[in-house]
Amino acid sequence: MVNYSLEITYIAASVLFIMGLKGLSHPESARRGMHYAEVGMLLAVVGTLLGNNIITWEWIVVGIVVGSAIGSAMAIFMPMTAMPQRIALSHAFGALAAVLVGINEFVVKHEEITSGLMGALGFEVLFGALTVTGSLMAFGKLQELVKSAPITYKGQNFVNITLFFITIGMFVYLIFNPHDTVVFYSMIGLSFLIGIFLVLPIGGADMPVVISLMNSYAGLAAAATGFAIDNKVLIIAGSLDGSSGFILSIIMSKAMNRSFTNVLFGAVGTPQVDTSTLHQERPITKIGVEDAKFILEQSDRVVVVPGYGMAVAQAQHTVRELSDELEKRGTKVEFAIHPVAGRMPGHMNVLLAEADVSYDQLLEMEMINPTMDTVDVAIVIGANDVVNPAARTDKGSPIYGMPIIDVDKAKTVIVMKRSMATGFAGIENPLFYESNTKMLFGDAKKVLQELVAEFNKS
Amino acid sequence: MFPLIESIYILILAGFVGFEVIRRVTPTLHTPLMSATNAISGISLVGSLVAAGSDQFVSQMLGLVAVTAATINVVGGFWITERMLKMFKRKERKS
Repeated sequence: MVNYSLEITYIAASVLFIMGLKGLSHPESARRGMHYAEVGMLLAVVGTLLGNNIITWEWIVVGIVVGSAIGSAMAIFMPMTAMPQRIALSHAFGALAAVLVGINEFVVKHEEITSGLMGALGFEVLFGALTVTGSLMAFGKLQELVKSAPITYKGQNFVNITLFFITIGMFVYLIFNPHDTVVFYSMIGLSFLIGIFLVLPIGGADMPVVISLMNSYAGLAAAATGFAIDNKVLIIAGSLDGSSGFILSIIMSKAMNRSFTNVLFGAVGTPQVDTSTLHQERPITKIGVEDAKFILEQSDRVVVVPGYGMAVAQAQHTVRELSDELEKRGTKVEFAIHPVAGRMPGHMNVLLAEADVSYDQLLEMEMINPTMDTVDVAIVIGANDVVNPAARTDKGSPIYGMPIIDVDKAKTVIVMKRSMATGFAGIENPLFYESNTKMLFGDAKKVLQELVAEFNKS
Repeated sequence: MFPLIESIYILILAGFVGFEVIRRVTPTLHTPLMSATNAISGISLVGSLVAAGSDQFVSQMLGLVAVTAATINVVGGFWITERMLKMFKRKERKS
């Protein structure tokens, strides 16, 4: 028997979700869009509570109260700099809910489970379980509870591939023997393990791909839940989430010059480090804060290229102060954002927005590159690989072919860096030795503060 | 098997809609996009509620944890998305 009023609320919720995501095409319409999505969620929840045969209410109330308390506490107190961790953690929560609903379905319907239902349940718990532990690992690495550098050991690929095939084998077996409790729970256990092993060899700089991928998997788990409990709004919301994570993964992997299959199977890993070339002592040009101020004063157009180093140094507010000082003097300041700068998609944008940088100053790589030769000064703050011209010129470089921000084409480049250490990928950066590159060593925030102070003097 | 076929239609079509909509999301808002889709996928709350509200103890307990986890995502996800979106402002600047 179809419950029409319930289905109507679900249809309305689905439409509102799509309208909500559509709003995100522009910062102006984004907040209204989110209000649509919130109304959609409210409709779906109220509809479910009224339209289903709810027998006991106490656990529902407890869950909603506790969940709301934790959720709002996280939303209020979480600093913006902890956003990558929060996103990773929330993927784990979403996937956990999917796994538990799947297990419940298995327990309740045990005797009447068909092969078709097991197909849906299997996908649900597989994707769900590996997303739970995978996201927790990502969280641990971002929070630095776990070493964020790649953890590798001999035979790692072999172990992972074997585990993967055993799990798939169990899934296939379950489709033909849907009542086998032992295999069902073992499969979930193995999926939890796979999630851990998948993220173990992945380093901090590859996190944007991992987080996008987990976003996609969490969505797929939700969609599979919809199949299992025959709920259309879950399928729609899950596949929206799934395709969103999928697109972000494609964008991220393109921006890192990795093949998509490489990303799809999570085998991100570390690139081979090539330390042979370029390591000779070559002259670099060091400058101090006064020189930097002098160069900036003479310029009409300045482009700032932020990287993870800016986030680590918490320098976004000071960057904005510098930008204000320059704009006061009639200099045009823009920010060039590489898609994989930072630890998650859009990381730099959020930090700069928090520091009150106007969003029309935040430009994508493709927008800024064609006009780079008209830029007077490019300031690189805590970024390295994303501005490495070897990606364009050196066929032997591990990052060859990766799209970069062409700061070397600007008239002058000021690189703010702690030391001459190589970036995450361990690749030498020829940019630092270019004649138009000036190195300004020190902690990004401190150097920027001194620079702003220097401007205030005059 | 009719509901299954129907569901597959829905999955594929919703996937296409998602693809077209998300493709147009400005890269500036990619982080809010992730937290928004996260909140939306908290819709598994719908399944969790039914489990928590049943008359079987095992379902109630599984449902309780699931409702808690999904509610964290829904409430926290939407809230923090709002918090982020509020920061994206266009400032009037001379130049």
